Amino acid sequence: MTKRTAIIYLTLIFALILTISPMPPSIAIYRPDWVLVALIYWCIALPNRVNVGVAWVCGLFVDLLMGYTLGSHALILALIAYIASANFLRIRNFSVWQQAIIVGMLSLFYHLTDYWVAHFLTDAFFQPELMWSALTSMLVWPWAFALLRKLRRTFKIT
Amino acid sequence: MTPLFGRGPSLQARLIIATVLSVVLIFVDHKMDGFQKVRVVLNSMVSPLQYAANLPKALLDWSAESLAFRQSLINDNQALKQDVLLLNEKLQRMDFVERENQRLRALLKSPVRGEADKMVAEVMSVETNPNSHQVLINRGLLHGVFEGQPVLDASGIVGQVVNVGSTTSRVLLISDITHAIPLRIARNSVRVTAAGSGLLDRMDLQHVPHSTDIVEGDELVSSGLAGVFPEGYPVAKVTRITRNKSLPFSQIRVEPIAKLDRIRYLLLLWPPHLEHKPKFDVLEELIDKASDVAGESND
Repeated sequence: MTKRTAIIYLTLIFALILTISPMPPSIAIYRPDWVLVALIYWCIALPNRVNVGVAWVCGLFVDLLMGYTLGSHALILALIAYIASANFLRIRNFSVWQQAIIVGMLSLFYHLTDYWVAHFLTDAFFQPELMWSALTSMLVWPWAFALLRKLRRTFKIT
Repeated sequence: MTPLFGRGPSLQARLIIATVLSVVLIFVDHKMDGFQKVRVVLNSMVSPLQYAANLPKALLDWSAESLAFRQSLINDNQALKQDVLLLNEKLQRMDFVERENQRLRALLKSPVRGEADKMVAEVMSVETNPNSHQVLINRGLLHGVFEGQPVLDASGIVGQVVNVGSTTSRVLLISDITHAIPLRIARNSVRVTAAGSGLLDRMDLQHVPHSTDIVEGDELVSSGLAGVFPEGYPVAKVTRITRNKSLPFSQIRVEPIAKLDRIRYLLLLWPPHLEHKPKFDVLEELIDKASDVAGESND
């Protein structure tokens, strides 16, 4: 692994840390899906480096860190990475706000499948508050995009 | 431009492999519970991330404590001293009652209850997903924590340990939808089961016939029947009973006595009849072990 690829993994690890950092419960429902945002960026920027495999491992870490059934988030994130990296050329050509809408939709998809898997495994019930993070992920996307692109260009990651 | 997926399988093939792997993982982990040993290793592997994520909160707590006003510290100290006095008085009576209880049990030839070992743990992070009520604590395998260990706070039972790492472990709260706990009504010893509802301030009693003697305000204590939770700790209070005769059972809502939304320090219990024992001086033990190893390699 070169120093350049290490930066990709560092951003993903940082996203994981942001996902589990403790927050007051009233704010925590608005927590953006940091891992999802970072993964989508790398999937459309460098689909030859980050795609289904990396997303799957990331999802496994999410499962471990949050104490979910092993494999559930791995499955969902792999699916989303597939969607993003299969359409990377199309998504790249959108303006940032159009991309943000796509991120929001993917995040909605993420939470709905998450709920569906949880409902399949336990008798979880649907709570619409879970959908707030789709909105915040959407709002966070332009800034995350700018930051990650800056990182990618300064360190010339290809 | 470099070929996109020049090496290895195509994108579709990768997705299929990932899906199959995930489904196998979900099946083995959820249905067969096959990862108990592996999870200890994996949890220990990711615990540095958890400590890193906890750093800002730990710093804030530390600065709040060290920058506290002198007057508030004095007030706290005074309040605590009064608490100690009151609790000590209770303890004196408790000692007496316990001795009496032991004598009576000895007379009846029933086994005398031993005392449980305890250790204080601090909550590192709390899960906010309503479908999974879990907290992470800063004690693990190295401290002697085991899976299925009962966890209390100052007012009652909080939950049980479900995942153990080397220095962290995960506690499933009694309000989680996958959790149920066998209870007894303190007033008349009727046995009931309380299942979590996914809300922190509510649990539901399952399969209680309409004729059961239970009223609002009844206190429920753990019955110790499932062998996980020790007997006699307060768990919940009955808040609402709906006796709808068209339904087979009464709908009974209870509220956990432990304040599950504001737990910070928890108490881990080691029931006396189990072979698990707490390890208090983890560091010293590790140093001993290390020096042993070093000594052996020198010989």
